[in-house]
Amino acid sequence: MKHLLATDGLDAATATAVLDTADELKHTLLGREVKKLPTLRGRTVITLFYENSTRTRVSFEIAGKWMSADVINVSASSSSVNKGESLRDTALTLAAAGADCMIVRHPASGAAHRLSGWLAEAGTSVVNAGDGTHEHPTQALLDAATLRERLGSLQDRRIAIVGDVLHSRVARSNIHLLTTLGAEVVLVAPPTLLPVGVDKLPVTVSHDLDAELPAVDAVMMLRVQAERMTGGGPGQSFFPSAREYSISYGLSERRQALLPEHAVVLHPGPMLRGMEIAHAVADSPASAVTEQVRNGVHVRMAVLYHLLASEGAAA
Amino acid sequence: MSSRPRGAAEPAGQRELLSAGDVARTIARMAHQVIEKTALGAGPPEKHPVLLGIPTRGTPLAARLAARIGEFAGAEPPHGALDITLYRDDLRRRPPRALEQTQLPAAGIDDRVVILVDDVLFSGRTIGAALDALRDHGRPRAVQLAVLVDRGHRELPIRADYVGKNVPTARAEGVSVLLSETDGRDAVLLRAPEGETR
Repeated sequence: MKHLLATDGLDAATATAVLDTADELKHTLLGREVKKLPTLRGRTVITLFYENSTRTRVSFEIAGKWMSADVINVSASSSSVNKGESLRDTALTLAAAGADCMIVRHPASGAAHRLSGWLAEAGTSVVNAGDGTHEHPTQALLDAATLRERLGSLQDRRIAIVGDVLHSRVARSNIHLLTTLGAEVVLVAPPTLLPVGVDKLPVTVSHDLDAELPAVDAVMMLRVQAERMTGGGPGQSFFPSAREYSISYGLSERRQALLPEHAVVLHPGPMLRGMEIAHAVADSPASAVTEQVRNGVHVRMAVLYHLLASEGAAA
Repeated sequence: MSSRPRGAAEPAGQRELLSAGDVARTIARMAHQVIEKTALGAGPPEKHPVLLGIPTRGTPLAARLAARIGEFAGAEPPHGALDITLYRDDLRRRPPRALEQTQLPAAGIDDRVVILVDDVLFSGRTIGAALDALRDHGRPRAVQLAVLVDRGHRELPIRADYVGKNVPTARAEGVSVLLSETDGRDAVLLRAPEGETR
């Protein structure tokens, strides 16, 4: 593996190898006083964030530091991007300065892919940490790690992805990864929040959350991405109101009762409590939200290991 | 386990150094040496040494050694596994390898005598990495090393405390340890250098 740009096209063997590595890392670091491995000593990892983020950036930073890499954070708001420098020039500058790996978040779909092309000569690995509404592969991997932990295996498990699928790179990455790993995915969303071409995805679609819940092993709530709802005209009318959205697609306590006992509730965060998910559900034992964050560090360590541990590895 | 007689025909270019019976006797002898050297049986169980096998074949070896020690001394010392992949100094030269399991006794390794167990001692780099790994897991009172085969060619100042068999080899030769747990039979084989048969 040279880059991690998407889960679309990631084969089951590679994904499983990353998840197994994450499991072992978690096991290895459990209860240790010194959470530091010398594996990536002397490697330089740069996070390049053109969008705000706390959990993803911190998660990558911790992952890199626990593997002894030198991690440098660059955010667009405090860099030469402010002076009008292009993504390409910024990236080439950072690669020339010695970055072995660049972790990029960008509001434009496909930015990470373009970057990997520009950096081919420099040999810098690129990890997509979220590009527009396209993909967020490490989030999908950490979701899969959490589900594997709770459910044992993903084979033939039924997972509902609920909410703003249209704007969600998390949903897109999860659809590809979960189906690759053998799970069935059902999208539950209002028709206005489903992407064009959803019929070509390996999923089933439903608009009735109550009907789906009794048959699922996990329900993955999505964040309603108000900041991306710019195409709906003056009223931004993807749905009538937050209250109506909540009534139709929010995971309330009443809805949680419809779930099978073993079912897991996921949310990529940040959660809009009271609208997407009720307080009581978010804090219930079924909710794996904090486990997702914890697993995120181990999954990102595993990704950095597979990308950077060997210099001569083929692309 | 194999029932083939000693010296039975091996694939071209391979010679059997230890048969299944030899492997069993060697492990039994090493068990006695561990008991003698660590005065095991004299102290309370929490003072017993901890045997840590280095995957892949060190792990079953550590388990077997612990079981034999248990038979002879009446108390089986705790054993586990220590994966050193993340501590290797040659990671950059190889394709990334899958991680193996690390399993330490619940009580940890602080103030215990830790005996690292591996199949072949060669350059010493694996053991060097294991010492680095141990330091991150705790502070053992002492660390000893037990290997089934010592084939020489050290690149680091490392010496084993318990050696099953010393095998002088040429650098280009290969030594394979086969164990029934991982390979279906017990044996130690010497491989001729690539491209040569004898």
